[in-house]
Amino acid sequence: MSQEKERLENKGGGWKEWFSAKNMKLLTRPFGADNPITVQVLGICSALAVTAKMQPALVMAISVVVVTGFANLIISLLRNTIPPRIRIIVQLTVIATLVILVDQTLKAVAYEVSRQLSVFVGLIITNCIVMGRLEAFAMANKPWPSFLDGVGNGAGYGLILIIVAFIREFFGSGTVFGYKVIPPSFYEAGYTDNGLFILPPMALIVLGVIIWIHRSMNRNLIEK
Amino acid sequence: MENLFSLFIRSVFVDNMVFAYFLGMCSYLAISKNVKTAFGLGVAVIFVMLITVPVNFLINKYLLAKGGLTWLSPALEGVDLGFLSFIMFIAVIAAIVQLVEMVVERYSPALYSSLGIFLPLIAVNCAIMGGSLFMQEREYQSLAEATTFAVGSGIGWCLAIVGIAAIREKLKYSQVPAPLKGLGIAFILTGLMGISFMCFLGIEL
Repeated sequence: MSQEKERLENKGGGWKEWFSAKNMKLLTRPFGADNPITVQVLGICSALAVTAKMQPALVMAISVVVVTGFANLIISLLRNTIPPRIRIIVQLTVIATLVILVDQTLKAVAYEVSRQLSVFVGLIITNCIVMGRLEAFAMANKPWPSFLDGVGNGAGYGLILIIVAFIREFFGSGTVFGYKVIPPSFYEAGYTDNGLFILPPMALIVLGVIIWIHRSMNRNLIEK
Repeated sequence: MENLFSLFIRSVFVDNMVFAYFLGMCSYLAISKNVKTAFGLGVAVIFVMLITVPVNFLINKYLLAKGGLTWLSPALEGVDLGFLSFIMFIAVIAAIVQLVEMVVERYSPALYSSLGIFLPLIAVNCAIMGGSLFMQEREYQSLAEATTFAVGSGIGWCLAIVGIAAIREKLKYSQVPAPLKGLGIAFILTGLMGISFMCFLGIEL
């Protein structure tokens, strides 16, 4: 009886239903307790190489949000027609197609950034976060929640990218989005930029520290 | 020949897949709890790299690159299928991984039982896809160059995962702050290993 009632409510929900608390949770959980990088350990692969500066990191974050969102949506729409045995190749084809669209758009609209990102846009295909969400969520859920889940996870991932990029750019070159934020008087007083932050290994150490802080705040995430 | 040797050293140490480009981090973190399995995965990566990069090199050169189809007919000189490279590369990698798995299972059951579980994982290892994409971006001219690069990167990746696995084995006996345990300390260690690998940066060959 209660199921019937629920079904009726779902049927006539309209816009309010689309943005219900349950759906919103899908969107916001990946920012904190269920973050794809620091908790699920997905998609670290290609991400960190683009975090030396804010601008490429932001573009990368947006690209990942687009790919995860639409890949989840498309796979969720197709989920009942995909034969389970060949689902991996179907998923890869959908992801690769979306990534090609993103890559071509970037080349046309923002050529400079696209040069900086070099192979890392292409590597979104093998980014575990996309496949991970498809397998874990989109194959078993309706299109709209899947889309939100994809966008949420992409954004949670992008958030970490942007934090790491901010720290590295701020300490490494004293700029944010290319604008000088550390006043010249600091440099006159003997302050120098820490060149180590620009180099690749610092991305890993910064991320390690972020995980440390995150887990100190959420004690239940601590590994045994 | 000298050129190839220098390319090999560069791809193992200087342009290390893990420390310089963070490729293949997922399996690098997940399967580095003990040295034996880490080495197994490392060898599987070298093996698959050695096959996929040259194959993708030929596909790129004779099918996808601008003017690559000229061998078919001179009329196709202006055709540039570069935009298809992502989908072609990933399809080739997935197919070859499947093929390698079947061939190894048939002809070398001993190798299969040691590599078996890792092979399917490798299809989505970013280091493999990264190898093919770097090969395309850096425009290696000959098959020999592409193959050398592939073997070098594979060995570099193997070296990195065996190194971190050895450190993590020892780490079991040390007192790491609780929130840093597992993932956190693995990242910081990788960063420190990366810094030590940076001493190869100055090498001119």
